[in-house]
Amino acid sequence: MKKPGEFRVVNHSVPREDGQAKVTGRAIYASDLTVENMAWAKILRSPFGHAKIRSIDASAAKSHPGVIDVITGADLAGIDPYYGHAVKDHPILAIHRVRFAGEPVAAVVAEDELSAEEALELIEVDYDELASVMDVDAALAETAPLIHEQSYREGAFRGFKDGRQASGNVCQYVHVQWGDAKSAFESAAHTVEGEFFFPMAYAYAMEPYVAIATYTKNNLTVYSSAQHPFMVRHDLAEIFGMSLNAVRVIVPYVGGGYGSKSYTKIEPIPAVCSWKTGRPVKLQLSVEEAFLTTRGDDARVRIRTACDRAGKLLAREATIHLNTGAYAENSPLVCAKAANRIIGPYLIPNVDIHCYAVYTNTVPASSYRGFGSTQVTFPAESQLEEMAEKLGRDPLEFRLANLAERGQTIYPGLRPIDADVPGDLRHVASVFEKAGPLRPGFGRAVGCSASDAGSHPVTSAMIQVYSDNSVSVLSGSTEMGQGSHTVLAQIAAEEMGVPLDKVRLVSADTAITPFERSTGASRTTTLMGRAVLEACREAIAQFRTMAADSLGCKPEDFIEEPGALRLGDTRLTWGDILVKFFHHRDTSIVGRAYLRQTGDLKMLPPFWEIGVVGVEVEVDQETGKIRLDKLVTVGDVGLAINPAAAEGQDLGAATMGIGIGLFEELIYDGQQLTNGTLLEYRVPRFEDLAQEIHMSLAQNQDGAGPYGAKGGGEGSLNPIPACLANAVYRATGARIRRLPLTPERVWRALRERDTERTLELKQGG
Amino acid sequence: MKLEFVLNGKATSVAIEHRETLAETLRNRLRLTGTKISCEAEVCGACTVLVDGLPVSACTYLAYEARGRKVVTIEGLEDESGKLHPVQQAFIDEFAFQCGFCTPGMILAAKALLDETPNPSEPEILAHMDGNLCRCTGYLPIVKAVRRAAAGMRDER
Repeated sequence: MKKPGEFRVVNHSVPREDGQAKVTGRAIYASDLTVENMAWAKILRSPFGHAKIRSIDASAAKSHPGVIDVITGADLAGIDPYYGHAVKDHPILAIHRVRFAGEPVAAVVAEDELSAEEALELIEVDYDELASVMDVDAALAETAPLIHEQSYREGAFRGFKDGRQASGNVCQYVHVQWGDAKSAFESAAHTVEGEFFFPMAYAYAMEPYVAIATYTKNNLTVYSSAQHPFMVRHDLAEIFGMSLNAVRVIVPYVGGGYGSKSYTKIEPIPAVCSWKTGRPVKLQLSVEEAFLTTRGDDARVRIRTACDRAGKLLAREATIHLNTGAYAENSPLVCAKAANRIIGPYLIPNVDIHCYAVYTNTVPASSYRGFGSTQVTFPAESQLEEMAEKLGRDPLEFRLANLAERGQTIYPGLRPIDADVPGDLRHVASVFEKAGPLRPGFGRAVGCSASDAGSHPVTSAMIQVYSDNSVSVLSGSTEMGQGSHTVLAQIAAEEMGVPLDKVRLVSADTAITPFERSTGASRTTTLMGRAVLEACREAIAQFRTMAADSLGCKPEDFIEEPGALRLGDTRLTWGDILVKFFHHRDTSIVGRAYLRQTGDLKMLPPFWEIGVVGVEVEVDQETGKIRLDKLVTVGDVGLAINPAAAEGQDLGAATMGIGIGLFEELIYDGQQLTNGTLLEYRVPRFEDLAQEIHMSLAQNQDGAGPYGAKGGGEGSLNPIPACLANAVYRATGARIRRLPLTPERVWRALRERDTERTLELKQGG
Repeated sequence: MKLEFVLNGKATSVAIEHRETLAETLRNRLRLTGTKISCEAEVCGACTVLVDGLPVSACTYLAYEARGRKVVTIEGLEDESGKLHPVQQAFIDEFAFQCGFCTPGMILAAKALLDETPNPSEPEILAHMDGNLCRCTGYLPIVKAVRRAAAGMRDER
């Protein structure tokens, strides 16, 4: 394998291929598109958290000027009106019942957006309100009303059974167990125990959800802001009973995803509007509506950890409750991942984890960058610090004594750890050492996490090599900012030995680009990158055969050079070979590759996504306000195909972690989401920038991807909230087990700390 | 009604509705879709355009208010030869964008700052840019791009 320093294009921070388009405003997003004869849809949403729909009268709305039709759940006869890739529990529009305030009840289709908007208030809906359950405890109470009374089929991901047989409002239950945790706790020298709360968070991709659907008798074409066009195709094909080749999903540039645009979101609504009206229909949500479309799972985690006398971790038990909201969405996967990821990158011989995803009458929860891990790394890493303190050990040294080295198995049956977590952590510590001693009122902490990347290896790629030595990469991965178009082009340029500006990306059109399961779980560099590399190798193998045919020799007689094959003094570029072979200009050949769960990708996960970070904070003891002084990240990415882009992902991920750790939280008052606007939901801004930022990349070429690369982009988010809470503890002595660490929450914790200290003094005196 | 204004250096006349925002006019009538719409509440800055040199949120600024004024959008920043404005080039050089949805607004906000304050301090950059949100980059690359553009623009003078 080539090493850093030996690459021509790869492992260099070349400018992004989307740069010109994005700095000039020419980059086209689905929101920017219109199609001929297009109508607009607007959504009427439920004001109630839980209610039966007695009747809907849309007659006045239908006769409003400009209105073409009004579609409700009653109009969905003749198609399959439920979708969902895990559990098919999600009606396209409410059917007889609404399950959260904000749920789509009717869609108005009009000639223009304004007429559709105006007609919404003319629709009369008669609701019969039901008792609602707004949190996990209410949903699990014995007398709790059932949010879903019927049973559902499983979606595209086989194996996620409708979990409600277990208990009324439980959407999914996962149990992870090895060793004998019960006995381990009985014999343990030290235990710590606690309850932690992770907030309901909103990803806020700046481009709100948008889709344009054109339904004709035999075809459905959808432009969408979706991350996973092939998963959307699956749901649409099932809804309409269409064949896969009849459903075309096209995804131009995506204005931010972070998991929130994974799987099917709004696409079925414009699709049924087009099916009913015979017109292409665009549905553009506002950000306020996006708040009502999906969010991250909030979590309550009861956790205890045991250690032996020597400070070796012995056991962990946890019960995790995720608030899944009204529909399953991706929460069954979040549930499975949360159960796995609470282990962290540590060797724990006895484990017993129960994880429940619970339906409530709130906005459906789904993927949010790093999902499952963020929710459980906060309790897990907080508890490690508590344990270290109990043992009188330095938290860094205590972690190092328990971390898995590369090649060690932390989770029976899964791939051994493919990263140098202790080395990464030592690096973070060395940055702090150089910074010198801590000032009063400041606190430092390090933290780490390990996520079994949910990148199931089913990926295909094609390349075309043209007779002018230019190359196209056909990839089903969407470009939502992560830089995959650039990275994939770099890999193709490296392998085909052509200049980078000779490579073009053709992406994310299910009628053209071959199957790629999704664009999530940091999979693209590892899996699509490897598929592109293998497609290039396959094309070069074809060139050998073609050149041998033309020259009357054997394919193996040629020596490969960058961009060409050589036989003695004869050097043939790809273009030369094509011209000799076809006796024609402007030809091309197709190289292709498929990846599946086999060979070195047989063992899951394909890679571990590691997060290793450090923070230093200053806490204002009077106001509780936290100022981030230092942020340290290490991206353990195997090999950075584009180092600047990889560091950009790390800083972006860490910044989202800072938002969740310090200020972000969706708040319900009764059945209503009260802060579902950007005016009231506080995300990180320029002035929140850390005073000092230290980013580095660990490039040990230990991944399963091209040149030893592996995924990044989530890792640096996952341990940040925990790390912030631990740093606040070091600065103040106040242990806070509920995020976000708002000034008020910190201030209250400081007052509580003072009260406790006073009591201790009194008792002591 | 008719809106007459100078758009990216060209006298422009377009029929508008009274209640229409400048962002709607630009995007829907003039098909200049580089101006993005996100929060619609003057929080995120994605819709930032320059009106008489000053940044405004086009999502809430009535198109009618632009009558007789000079409006610059992201489409108007390159020179006649197609050369990128130094701020645009700096955004490419510093990887100061990812998804790119905030980028037109960011670039225009940065241009407004540098036109007024050619040599901004770090706190001045942060304070001026604080009205523009980015969810991808973590802001540091954008700060670096503004610094790099400032240096480039000073050299040009």
